[in-house]
Amino acid sequence: MSDRSAEFEQTPVESYLSKEVKSNVLSKSKVRRAKIIGIVMLFLAAVVMFVLAPASQGVATFGLSFSDEKFQLSALAIPSTAALYVLAMVLAFLGGTQFLKGFQRKSTLILGISFVVFVISIMIWATAGQEFSLISMLVSTIARTAPIALGALSGILCERSGVVNIGIEGMLLGGAFTGVVMGSLLGGWVGLIAATITGGILALLLAWLSINYRVDQIIIGVVINLLVLGLTSFLTAQVLVKRPEWNDAPIFPAIKIPLLGDIPIIGPMFFDQTVIVYAMFGLVALTTFMLFRSRWGLRTRSVGENPKAADSLGISVAKTRYLAVIYGGMVGGFAGAWFTLGTVGRFDEGMTGGAGFIGLAAMIFGGWNPIGALGAALIFGFSDSLSQKLALINTAIPTEFLAMTPYLVTIVVVAGLVGRARPPAADGVPWEKK
Amino acid sequence: MSSQLDPQTKQDLLNPKERSFTQRLATAADWRTAILIPLLSVITALLIGIVIIVLTGSSFGDAMAAYGALLEGSVGSLRAVSETLTAATPLMLAGLSVALAFRAGLFNIGGEGQALIGGMFAVWVGFSITGIPIFIHLPLAILAGIVGGAIWGFIPGILKAKTGAHEVITTIMLNYIALRLVDFLLKTTMFQREGRNDPVSKNIESSAEYPAFLGGIDSALRVHAGLFVALAAAFLIYWLLFRTTIGFEFRAVGANPSAARYAGISVTKVYVMVMLIAGALAGTAGAGQVLGVLGRTTPGFTADLGFDGIAVALLGRSNPWGVVAAAILFGGLRAGGQQMQVSASVGIDLISVIQALIIILVAAPALIASIYRLKTPVASTQISKGWGS
Repeated sequence: MSDRSAEFEQTPVESYLSKEVKSNVLSKSKVRRAKIIGIVMLFLAAVVMFVLAPASQGVATFGLSFSDEKFQLSALAIPSTAALYVLAMVLAFLGGTQFLKGFQRKSTLILGISFVVFVISIMIWATAGQEFSLISMLVSTIARTAPIALGALSGILCERSGVVNIGIEGMLLGGAFTGVVMGSLLGGWVGLIAATITGGILALLLAWLSINYRVDQIIIGVVINLLVLGLTSFLTAQVLVKRPEWNDAPIFPAIKIPLLGDIPIIGPMFFDQTVIVYAMFGLVALTTFMLFRSRWGLRTRSVGENPKAADSLGISVAKTRYLAVIYGGMVGGFAGAWFTLGTVGRFDEGMTGGAGFIGLAAMIFGGWNPIGALGAALIFGFSDSLSQKLALINTAIPTEFLAMTPYLVTIVVVAGLVGRARPPAADGVPWEKK
Repeated sequence: MSSQLDPQTKQDLLNPKERSFTQRLATAADWRTAILIPLLSVITALLIGIVIIVLTGSSFGDAMAAYGALLEGSVGSLRAVSETLTAATPLMLAGLSVALAFRAGLFNIGGEGQALIGGMFAVWVGFSITGIPIFIHLPLAILAGIVGGAIWGFIPGILKAKTGAHEVITTIMLNYIALRLVDFLLKTTMFQREGRNDPVSKNIESSAEYPAFLGGIDSALRVHAGLFVALAAAFLIYWLLFRTTIGFEFRAVGANPSAARYAGISVTKVYVMVMLIAGALAGTAGAGQVLGVLGRTTPGFTADLGFDGIAVALLGRSNPWGVVAAAILFGGLRAGGQQMQVSASVGIDLISVIQALIIILVAAPALIASIYRLKTPVASTQISKGWGS
């Protein structure tokens, strides 16, 4: 862990202690943290060894190809009990080493690997004696990642400029609604544009109230969520019920990219998706470039970190924040279109079901960085998709716990137990030119 | 930081015991911020509501009829008043939960999760213990709700105190964890009603129900004794905040944590205690719904109580009695909204829209001041201090 992040580990009380005492306290807490991580890993090993392995029998079969693919891969057959004991050994070895010696810098990585091993163990245990289409789960992982990653991107754009965006959920829901109405009337592409504009308008409200009136940004975010939920539910009940033809939009088809789409596993995952998924990857790349390589990005980040310094250099804090927030809102609205135009083609009340907050979680877990957020969104998309698919086969697994993963991970991250998320310094602080 | 203090807080910190609620109302500036701005916000939001009704294809007359139904359904009869108070009861407690946290500079978005867990605790005590009289069973069930909510509030409190994790993030995440946990619990044999496949809990014993104290007049009068619990809680919180040392410490930390720490107040202890009490209040709200209205739990049975609590706390300007008044107003909107949906076929979701508009306008008093050309110094509500600090 670098010195920089260590600075942010200190609790408020410790900041009053002298430097020597501080470093002493930190190293002690580091040792304790390493031990805790080791214990967690050993616990996972014990669960696999004593709970999962004895309870599983038979062969777990994982399908790797769809039947209509050009190159067929044969299904992966894993003898469940033996595999689980091996995985338990691996976990026990990693956990024991971490507890006794510690992996120092690599301990977070090792913990991540342990979780992956644990998830694989759970999948083998759940599938034992049955067949599970791994490929369809992986494909839906990527699809479900799209709205989460785009939602996170929306949050990043706002917060990098210093405006907290709790209203991602509302922007998604608003985009989903106007997307389906305009999509039904004028076609999918118009719906996509309408969704984007809706997100932009909601962001304008956030920017206007937070920048011009200096209203608490978290309150505005909460209000945007409530307002959009209320308004879309009201309009659904008042208007869409009477005019079902307004709530029946065409769905964007998956577009298979020639050659690349034929690669086993990777093809269907990455090269046979809808435009919204492709756009997600494009926007993540574009935003990363814009934020970290362009003049606009430097200005935006400077306004989010130190508006006073930026202002003294002649950058308009208000204008920069407006631009970033509106761009962020448009990304959020666009993401909302996924729920209607990307999947079912119709709107239901509150259909985003907390995806915006998972996006918020991905933003934090990803350290306010688009690539990091995409990684986090992939993990959350995976847990979402896994819980959906596991519900299909007969398992004793309570899928609710899988659905909790994003939220638990976020709490662990903001608490600094694993790594440390550092928000932009002026995030949520209203700016007033003196 | 000190420049961000509003005059009222400054006064309270200087001489906390000398100014009563009525005294504070008496000064002109306070009168505007405490009564006039909220009142104008509510009126403006209702006017925008008319515009929305008209824009969705109804005539102006229809909109007026809808508002007539709203009024009738909230105060038009004894039954309507009973419904208003029934809806207001959990809002008071949820609002107090948010308001108390506001006073200590914390933003408790987690009322939803705290109410869910409190409700689950209460329903469990409500159905699993049998054969004891109401004067033992009911307090036990309420206590269970308090404990459940307090546990769920303690988590963000201790995380904030020990690791600095921002309570807004942790409480939002805990809301969703609570939602999923309830989904899971309702499918376990411990909670699920025998012979049912859908997630619904067993019914509570009648000895754990809040008595409907007007039930003697008409069995349709649902208002229950939970109302008195909520009013007592409002008094307790008022007393705690403005008449005790602990309350002074809460407000001092809310006004300026660094100064409070310098003055020897343990900020970490305050964060934990505030969230514990806030969670307990929200838990009581969830328990009240279970013991007084629902009698059982279903997925998401609190129906956005935590978020409505934020609206109530903001409208009530984080003053316990203001919260009670705001809760009665929102309870009236809820109850009247039902009537509006039935007799004027204007969807009850309009009430959520009006509520959201009220929060915006209350949180941005400068907006109201400029619409109505008020000549009063107004500062926007600033509770959260950003993720970073």
